[in-house]
Amino acid sequence: MKCWNPEMETMSRDELHALQSERIVKAVQYVYSRVNPYRKKMEDAGVAPGDIRSIDDLVKLPFTDKYDLADNYPYGLFAVPMREVIELHASSGTTGRQKVVGYTRSDLDLWREVMARTFAAGGVTKDDIMHVSYGYGLFTGGFGGHYGAERIGAAIVPIGTGNTQRQITVLRDFGCTAICCTPSYMLYIAETIEKMGIDPDEIKLRVGFLGAEPWTVEMRDDIERRLRIRTYDIYGLTEVIGPGVAFECDARAGLHVNEDHFYPEILDPDTLLPVPDGTQGELAFTCMTKECVPLLRYRTRDIAAVTHETCACGRTLARISKPVGRTDDMLIIRGVNVFPSQVESVLLNIPEASPYYMLIIDRVGALDTLEIQVELTPDVPVDQIRTLETIQKKIRSQVDSTLGLAAAIRLLPPQTLPRVEGKAKRVEDRRKL
Amino acid sequence: MFISQLSIFVRNSPGSIAEITGILAKAGIDIRAFSVADTTDYGILRLIVNAPDRAEKVLRERGIAVSLNRVIGVQVPDVPGGMHEVFAYLAECGIGIEYGYAFVSRREGFAYAILRVDDKERAAKLLEERSIPMLTPREVYQN
Repeated sequence: MKCWNPEMETMSRDELHALQSERIVKAVQYVYSRVNPYRKKMEDAGVAPGDIRSIDDLVKLPFTDKYDLADNYPYGLFAVPMREVIELHASSGTTGRQKVVGYTRSDLDLWREVMARTFAAGGVTKDDIMHVSYGYGLFTGGFGGHYGAERIGAAIVPIGTGNTQRQITVLRDFGCTAICCTPSYMLYIAETIEKMGIDPDEIKLRVGFLGAEPWTVEMRDDIERRLRIRTYDIYGLTEVIGPGVAFECDARAGLHVNEDHFYPEILDPDTLLPVPDGTQGELAFTCMTKECVPLLRYRTRDIAAVTHETCACGRTLARISKPVGRTDDMLIIRGVNVFPSQVESVLLNIPEASPYYMLIIDRVGALDTLEIQVELTPDVPVDQIRTLETIQKKIRSQVDSTLGLAAAIRLLPPQTLPRVEGKAKRVEDRRKL
Repeated sequence: MFISQLSIFVRNSPGSIAEITGILAKAGIDIRAFSVADTTDYGILRLIVNAPDRAEKVLRERGIAVSLNRVIGVQVPDVPGGMHEVFAYLAECGIGIEYGYAFVSRREGFAYAILRVDDKERAAKLLEERSIPMLTPREVYQN
């Protein structure tokens, strides 16, 4: 079994519970004494650090969410002074402000550890050459991939994003054996390799770690078949650490949460009370060991279910089902759960499509229909109808493979849809429900 | 040798073409030829104007999806068979026609046609060899 840290990853549930209890007690005291906004929340809720004696008392604590990060932008939730901060990262937020996080030396070490576990679960060793095709910058993807590979000792190719043809040349010439990037980019690389007429045997890729966006089983099969690699799903979010929060093993039965560090909860979206294992709800994480931004009960707005049964792979770390989208956005069309964020991620990967779109849902007879209106980017060459039809087909087929649902695609000229500050209305549901 | 043509993506609703012609009129730009191709969801408006680069700039500033493409203008005698001679010849030489439309002619006895072909360099050479006169940019942009 490919396990980076067998002691932590296969610990008995009882020992893990004791460890988590020990850590949460320290974490609450730490946060209470250093993070004023959270202390205020605790005081308003009438909860004192002494009330938390084990991990089971977690439910007593107030939640944190993206608005807390926005309200305390940029450093209001930092528990350490800037001189102890080594690295800063941020992710975009629908609040209009970036969510800023910081890492102390110990936090970076933690990141290395959880990413090493992630890659080791896919069999990465010192002998591998890791092609890091996530963006380097404020985004946590590139550096997360980098640190994981570094901890394992694999050779890192820090190529980042962009210039796909050059990336493929590097993949081939440098003999990269492992890659991390988004699933849609992986598919795009597969298509480009085919288009470039490169013999698949020249590419030495063996394994891919794909995350940062939703992907369907069909997309996975497609990727694995075309590139002849094995793929592993990875999950993370900047606010918790970046990639490395949860990772897939060979059993493909959910993603193992590094719960010795990040305690997962699944909450009923309405009552915010924990739900039983196996029930879907909103995912929240509590950072028990971070130094700079140790968020407690952070509501991710992602939907998933959890199980604490031991996995076929031997790990005891709890598993979450693949998170598919945000609580506030989910639609059900022809029985399929659809999240506008999925459409968005497809469009973001098609250069001719701008991120301005509208989903129009209606019912014709007994069947739900979905039309996706998309604005073209202003620099799309418009002259031949055939070019536009090709773009339309490309969007339609990628949407189909991502959502598992066929949608009609209507192309719009730029600047057709309304522009708003903050989160735009992306859905028009005309069904009379 | 080639004529610059503007192609604009317009939505299928009343006023979408008027919006474009309004912008060009305000900028003092003269339209020499136009054609509108339609599909269920959108249209492509193709224009030959007397100042293509300026027109492109003006439209782009308004965020309109416009591109400039090079097309061939041919001059044919305005008699039965005039057009046919050109099309038959191009077909014989294996040149594919993507689309075409007519043009206001300033030359007595001649009709002008704009053609987008799959290989314009080769088409231009062939037309020259057959002494079929082509429109020059100067003729289009200045009259």
